[in-house]
Amino acid sequence: MTTTDPYATTRDTTEGKVFTVTGQDWDSVVAGLGEEPEERIVVNMGPQHPSTHGVLRLILEIEGETVTEARCGIGYLHTGIEKNMEFRSWTQGVTFCTRMDYLSPFYNEAAYCIAIERLLGIEDQIPEKANVMRVLLMELNRISSHLVCIATGGMEIGALTVMTIGFREREMTLDLFELITGLRMNHAFIRPGGVAQDLPPGALDKIREYITWMNKHLPEYAELCNANPIFKARLQNVGYLDLTGCMALGITGPPLRSTGYAMDLRKTQPYCGYETYDFDVPTWDTADSYGRFRVRLQEMHESLKIVEQCADRLAKMEGEPVMVADKKIGWPSQLAVGTDGMGNSLDHIKHIMGESMEALIHHFKLVTEGFRVPAGQAYVALESPRGELGCHLVSDGGTKPYRAHFRDPSFANLQAMPIMCEGAQVADVIVAVASLDPVMGGVDR
Amino acid sequence: MADDDTNQDKPNLTTGPLTEPGTDVDATSKMPENLPEGDGTGEVIGRRDGMFGVRGTGDTSGFGGLRRQVALPGGTPKPYGSWFDGATERLESLVGDGAIEKVVVDRGELTLHVERERLVEVCRHLRDDEALRFEFCSGVSGVHYPNETGRELHAVYHLMSMTHNRRIRLEVSAPDADPHIPSVVSVYPANDWHERETWDFFGIIFDGHPALTRIQMPDDWPGHPQRKDYPLGGIDVEYKGAVIPPPDTRRSYN
Repeated sequence: MTTTDPYATTRDTTEGKVFTVTGQDWDSVVAGLGEEPEERIVVNMGPQHPSTHGVLRLILEIEGETVTEARCGIGYLHTGIEKNMEFRSWTQGVTFCTRMDYLSPFYNEAAYCIAIERLLGIEDQIPEKANVMRVLLMELNRISSHLVCIATGGMEIGALTVMTIGFREREMTLDLFELITGLRMNHAFIRPGGVAQDLPPGALDKIREYITWMNKHLPEYAELCNANPIFKARLQNVGYLDLTGCMALGITGPPLRSTGYAMDLRKTQPYCGYETYDFDVPTWDTADSYGRFRVRLQEMHESLKIVEQCADRLAKMEGEPVMVADKKIGWPSQLAVGTDGMGNSLDHIKHIMGESMEALIHHFKLVTEGFRVPAGQAYVALESPRGELGCHLVSDGGTKPYRAHFRDPSFANLQAMPIMCEGAQVADVIVAVASLDPVMGGVDR
Repeated sequence: MADDDTNQDKPNLTTGPLTEPGTDVDATSKMPENLPEGDGTGEVIGRRDGMFGVRGTGDTSGFGGLRRQVALPGGTPKPYGSWFDGATERLESLVGDGAIEKVVVDRGELTLHVERERLVEVCRHLRDDEALRFEFCSGVSGVHYPNETGRELHAVYHLMSMTHNRRIRLEVSAPDADPHIPSVVSVYPANDWHERETWDFFGIIFDGHPALTRIQMPDDWPGHPQRKDYPLGGIDVEYKGAVIPPPDTRRSYN
């Protein structure tokens, strides 16, 4: 008898009888409906479901295999990051916002830091090298983020090789992050005024090795997927959303570009010196999941082009500063690798403890109190791998943000789930959601 | 983004008391936080007392007597510079007098403070007029100013015109006692979830929203967490005998 099975029970609620189905025979569920089965079946997919990209809950009303109505339930990963940032100094806030959209941490950090810099009025004082390093890290991040999207999207439709090679290349990108920032994820590396530290020795060689590897292996994705009949059958004409729909729902990023509109903030409203790099904005004209896949694939090649240009520039910039010259804003301490791992550089400790009283005061004031930001508000938007990532900051002139709000592209794009899925098959819901590439850390913040 | 020449309209926060010629003034006395109370510029949102966040302890630092006025940049007189003049004039001619309460140009960004009853009309013109064409709304978020009596709750909208490559900010305020703002979902359907989020976090009721329910917090959650009167919460953390209080009760600078 299944009635005693705690994982497959039925119970009566005010909404009707609720069945918990965990993979047993569908016929036994139908039999359990009794004499007058209700026509309407509402399926809760998630929040703990391997195919919904984290803790996304999809509420599907189905008729047979057809979805008649679809809704999202979100909020399962809400951690109050925006509220927490109001109680930490401006610099400490980087550590919080990097954890929002955990697949594109550098974009969160960059949006937040550029907004602070605009409030401080130091946008044009950021050293050139810091900007090049920001672009380098952001474009590497775009590659790693798109790789996860393609890899997990492939896994969900059964293309396991796409997943294994996708994570192989992503791991190499994260190795570069670890070398440059010390961490694979949640770096808190981009800081107000620049970046936390200079490139470590040997980093440029590693970046060049990486570019060579990627130039060799990125075409594998196209060879595996582009003309693969099963892949095309699962993706083509699934999750259709045309330009009108995108504009109405505020959809940005690859879903918008898959309609043929080359909207990219790096081109239209450049930041961090993007106007000086040579790259194209790939588009597709089918407005479906397949188009989004092709757009992402092509974007990785373009990002690699930018990474290459960054590496060339960085090679000529050895020893240049990576933090704003204003000692009242620039974080005083450089990091160095010691015998017990990464920590404060011993040279800096020697300087503040043995040589300069003023340096010690500066260090102490900046680390305990932080800097004050003139009152006002700023909105900075970047082109993240998922679309427009906006950061709205309000300062009241204090050492902490008065309000920090992030317009996360995953949050906005997920609103398109019902219009893309209603009327389609249950299996297509997975593909459609994967083509939006929502990251729940960013959706719920 | 906007042209550099708009940056000249920065808030005049450094206007201190005039000094007699020849008086030796320390640079720090000109810093905004050291200004005496009530220089009268901008939109006053509160007062900052002392140097540290905690109250009622024996503060021997001498900073306890500091009184500073907290003010956001106030209204900007015409001309605003760049394309701002043309766009605001066009909008004013479409919606008539009274819809736009105040125009603030700060740090190269244009902010229009809109009368809340006229918000939907303003949005419709901003979206549909060929010279304006702000077809993209990147959402709404709230800001809570508990000390701004009668205008405690602000809703901030960021619009972008992809056609003209411009950005604009709309700000609407509502009193705590009557937290109603008309919904713009009929103009910008993209704001559906954003308005739900702002209701969830700030308690602003968007009239006319198709289904204004909580979105991030559980349905039965009491209160609206992002408001300033809602505590951050947290527990003491003890490690090897030392106790660290949660961040909102920690001694900190303000």
